[in-house]
Amino acid sequence: MPVTTAGFGPDLVEVFGPSQRDGGPDLIQLLTPEGERVHHPELDLDFSAEQLRGFYRDMVLTRRIDTEATALQRHGELGIWAQLLGQEAAQIGAGRALKKQDFVFPTYREHGVAYCKGVDPLNLLGLFRGVDHGAWDPNENNFGLYTIVIGAQALHATGYAMGIQRDGDVGTGDPDRDAAVIAHFGDGASSQGDVNEAFIFAASYNAPVVFFCQNNQWAISEPIERQSRIPLYQRALGFGFPGVRVDGNDVLATYAVTQAALQRAREGQGPTFVEAYTYRMGAHTTTDDPTRYRLNDDVEHWKLKDPIARLEVYLRRNGLVDDAFVDELKQEADELGHHLREGCKALPDPKPMDMFDHVYAEETEELRVQREGFASYLETFEGGHH
Amino acid sequence: MGTQKITLAKGLNMGLRKAMEDDPKVLLMGEDVGKLGGVFRITDGLQKDFGEDRVIDSPLAESGIVGTAIGMALRGYRPVVEIQFDGFVYPAYDQIVCQVAKMHYRSKGRYKIPMVIRIPFGGGIGAVEHHSESPEAQFAHTPGLKVVACSNPIDGYWMIQQAIASDDPVIFLEPKRQYHADKAELDETATPEPLFSSRVVRQGSDVTVLAYGPTVKTALSAAEAAAGEGKSLEVIDLRTLSPLDMAPVLESVRRTGRAVITHEAHVNLGMGSEVAARITEECFYSLEAPVLRVGGFDTPYPASRIEEDYLPDLDRVLDAVDRSLEF
Repeated sequence: MPVTTAGFGPDLVEVFGPSQRDGGPDLIQLLTPEGERVHHPELDLDFSAEQLRGFYRDMVLTRRIDTEATALQRHGELGIWAQLLGQEAAQIGAGRALKKQDFVFPTYREHGVAYCKGVDPLNLLGLFRGVDHGAWDPNENNFGLYTIVIGAQALHATGYAMGIQRDGDVGTGDPDRDAAVIAHFGDGASSQGDVNEAFIFAASYNAPVVFFCQNNQWAISEPIERQSRIPLYQRALGFGFPGVRVDGNDVLATYAVTQAALQRAREGQGPTFVEAYTYRMGAHTTTDDPTRYRLNDDVEHWKLKDPIARLEVYLRRNGLVDDAFVDELKQEADELGHHLREGCKALPDPKPMDMFDHVYAEETEELRVQREGFASYLETFEGGHH
Repeated sequence: MGTQKITLAKGLNMGLRKAMEDDPKVLLMGEDVGKLGGVFRITDGLQKDFGEDRVIDSPLAESGIVGTAIGMALRGYRPVVEIQFDGFVYPAYDQIVCQVAKMHYRSKGRYKIPMVIRIPFGGGIGAVEHHSESPEAQFAHTPGLKVVACSNPIDGYWMIQQAIASDDPVIFLEPKRQYHADKAELDETATPEPLFSSRVVRQGSDVTVLAYGPTVKTALSAAEAAAGEGKSLEVIDLRTLSPLDMAPVLESVRRTGRAVITHEAHVNLGMGSEVAARITEECFYSLEAPVLRVGGFDTPYPASRIEEDYLPDLDRVLDAVDRSLEF
């Protein structure tokens, strides 16, 4: 008789099929795609009108950063851009839940979180334009440099969190002192060894770190089905800490869940895995063509879940924003766009000699000789090149 | 404080202890470094005295060890991680060459990674596969890393402290077959030589023999044997592989006109290739013979029953010396 494994694992259709396109039964949501406020027994925060308008403003401006940068890439001003279209709520919800003393370890797509942490978005463009590898000071805003190797930063975040533990900045009860770390990554990164090792270290040492996964369904052209046979948030249990799935297009829920996870970490209760269930509306970066690998039907489906539109509906229906507010915000977004367009073109190219700077904290004689040799070589050209 | 005779293992242990006493930000991390004291007992007794928060027994995950140590360095700590064996470093290779090495550069100096990655390296202990490798060239080829190799107990004591004090990430290679081999007299009040410097360990006039780590002893034995045949070998312990400290080497080769370099790593694109190229560039008119390399063959590290044939020994070094002298 043939051996059968039926019943031993989740049915893929059940997990990933149409019934799960809305995130499944465990999805935490506070605002429906139709703009209806829903209630959750444990995460039912009271949001002030100002806070709600703030979320809306942040998402609008973040989308503007993304569309301006995409346009700049199309005009040849950026070599490449990693778009976040559709992920504004996941990033603003997470970003606004952070306190000043919390430290962020981003991927290369966390433009909205960077904005929340006070990084001038113009600084993000340098990396994609090719003038530097990240021009912001990580210690000024507690926002780390973008990490391009997938998932590598999850370990840095965990180690940093272990440092916070050793500094005694966890569980003191002082809201201005207790700190947490957040590691951002995507669904593709969940397959990386480093991310899984980070889970193990974080669990073993009870490190104050929140793993914030934006499951945008696609790792370039590879769908989530190629990364996991179970919903990602369920993996956390296997590592020994809680995992939650939140509607990543719902800024209220993302904020509430991340805030709770960060607070757990700051109090010394250890790591949490947050899966923000969302969708990458654009390409992975400006170099790929999503029409080659996914169905238009999916994109159309997710358009109906737009994070900004749903909050706007809610705000307007409840009289929390009016046309004047929206007009003013549009003007602010236009100014931001202008800042990015003009600023990007004005970013100074590095000098050839700059490549020798900061290889080491204590420069080596060997490199000094190479630096001087190249400088002398450049001197031989008329007018000099450095 | 008097002098005492110590092994390399003891020198490293004392050096780590001293560094931890001097700077509370120094942390040790690795597999089995705590209660067991490391598989080679280099961290013996340190967890007992400094606690579990400073001598951290880690999960069995090399990338995790190095990656989390980066995070701790970013928080202001000075982590010293132990990779249990040379052949186990490769799971952490990405974290080392893409992250540790580049963070200072990427951040324009805003991130400092004052981290030491200790790797017991080389063969000669009769171990199974993956326990006897010489990965130094892979790291010396990576800008942003510094790579050093100690060869004796005294250097072990001083160099580990200097590596920990360095603001740059240092790959610290320890010749595992020397851990418990020879003893030397340590004077803790002495002034050590700079970390990134090579050193003439035996003076001679006919051929310059260059070595580091485990082959320094081989080179010295060869020099002793050659002296019996009336040949005078100068032996230089390179000590630092990146950066290379070529000044004493060039001075010596200009005098002897001949150079032989020996290491356990594969000859193809090994450290010997770089050293030979630099000698050729700088000493072309002083050379009486091409620079010769004596190393491991370009095979994977063989089964231990034949590792003695793989490892450069006294006879192979002397053979190269003779070939050099015959030109």
